[in-house]
Amino acid sequence: MSSAPTLSRAQRAAFPPNWPARLALAALALYVVYACSVLDITWARFVEGFGHGSRLLSRVWPPNFAPDKLALLRAGMLESLQIAILATVIGVLVSLPLGLAAARNLVPVPLALASRGVIALFRTFHPVIVAILFVKAVGFGALAGMLALVVASLGFLSKLVAEAVEEMSMKPVEAVRATGASFLSVVIMSVLPQVMARFIGFSAYQLDANLRNSALVGLVGGGGIGATLFTAFQRFDYDFVLTIVLAVIALVMLGELISGWMRRLFQ
Amino acid sequence: MTESAIEPCSGTLDHCPLVIRHLCKEYRAGQPVLKDISLSVAAHGTTAIVGPSGTGKSTLIRCINRLVDPTAGEILFRGEDLARLKGRALRAARRRIGMVFQEYNLVERLSVMENVLCGRLGYVRAWRAWLRRFPAADIERAFHLLDAVGLAHLARERADQLSGGQRQRVGIARALMQEPELLLADEPTSSLDPKTSVEIMELIRRRAGERNIPVIVNIHNVELARRFADRVIGMCNGEIVFDGAPRALDHAILSRIYGGEGWLE
Repeated sequence: MSSAPTLSRAQRAAFPPNWPARLALAALALYVVYACSVLDITWARFVEGFGHGSRLLSRVWPPNFAPDKLALLRAGMLESLQIAILATVIGVLVSLPLGLAAARNLVPVPLALASRGVIALFRTFHPVIVAILFVKAVGFGALAGMLALVVASLGFLSKLVAEAVEEMSMKPVEAVRATGASFLSVVIMSVLPQVMARFIGFSAYQLDANLRNSALVGLVGGGGIGATLFTAFQRFDYDFVLTIVLAVIALVMLGELISGWMRRLFQ
Repeated sequence: MTESAIEPCSGTLDHCPLVIRHLCKEYRAGQPVLKDISLSVAAHGTTAIVGPSGTGKSTLIRCINRLVDPTAGEILFRGEDLARLKGRALRAARRRIGMVFQEYNLVERLSVMENVLCGRLGYVRAWRAWLRRFPAADIERAFHLLDAVGLAHLARERADQLSGGQRQRVGIARALMQEPELLLADEPTSSLDPKTSVEIMELIRRRAGERNIPVIVNIHNVELARRFADRVIGMCNGEIVFDGAPRALDHAILSRIYGGEGWLE
């Protein structure tokens, strides 16, 4: 009878120590301490900030509901709503073909790579930075804000469409192709049915995101409620700022409700 | 069954709608999956292709409707070389060739009726398909075919609500919807239970017989091949090692196709 090969004590450990992970964690902790010291992040400054904050809060309350302010608020909110909805609609319409053109299992690889390049470009910068560029290009106002959100929507939706298409089953696609269907028919009858439910979910989410970001792009000149908010800050109308913030919170919550409802509807 | 259906097609092109000559396929250079396949298929009857998994049966059948592009060789379908077709001409050729798949390959989120109508996509324009404005004659034919496969009552059901046997019936209806001149079936019964398998093979044979079109079917199950085929082609390692009548399939030939002896006992 030959003796079975025995394992050494180190080989018998069920959970061997992960030294690279431990070293990485230690390095991260050291870096956090270093960064805090360099950036002068101290408890004292934090406490001092609380004081400033409470003073601001005391000037904010109560919110200003004067009729002239409410008219400004209404105009700003409506413009933001329009920016968000237009950007979403245009984004949805353009992202579907762009996303399909970026799916490697559907189109020739060079086209897919080119489309992916365009999508990556759209995703490179935060909507605020894109908005600044558009404000420079087309001037202050809602157009610049809307264009910025269209770019953001395209980046997000096209990428997700491409991913959804690449994950779908190729079997129905093969079967429809075998009937002699044209490329467009193959897309309509075998690709879209597989990705449409998810696409509507993405679109609802993007509408939600655009409602939130429409306030943001206004801060840099993209129109809408963000512009109103910016002006209110400049004029130290802090009580009106609170009114606007409350309205934006309501808008965002409403957007979340609508997008959740849309997703359920098309499940 | 007539003796002429058993004979490998050796006459002129008129007798053999499908003639394959020196067909080769390499997915990777230097690793041929199909090695110089030549065969002719008669104008009617069922030809079964048997052989071990991974031997190129699926590739052969997919070369015929060009779901797979052959590396070399000719596939003459009614005198036209399918291997050279592109674009519109290829689509026009594909719509004359129906195909039934192992895993049915239905669009699960579409209704049974929509899946059957997919068989008309070679004829109907994309915008009509999009708006579901198929010609009334097509819809009538689809109902007729669903009746013929016993599923007319499920026409508006979503395809993912159906059982395996029902899905394969939809797959057959979709293929017949093309009014094909040739029916390909790639392991149509491999995902089904034995009883349903027999029913599906009977259905394929009967519907093709009514239309007097040839059927080429890949099949794992030798018993089913014996029972339903007029001619059996045995493949092994990308080559045809047997071509003859089902009753000629004896132990010696089966071990030539599949290799080994023990499993035959």
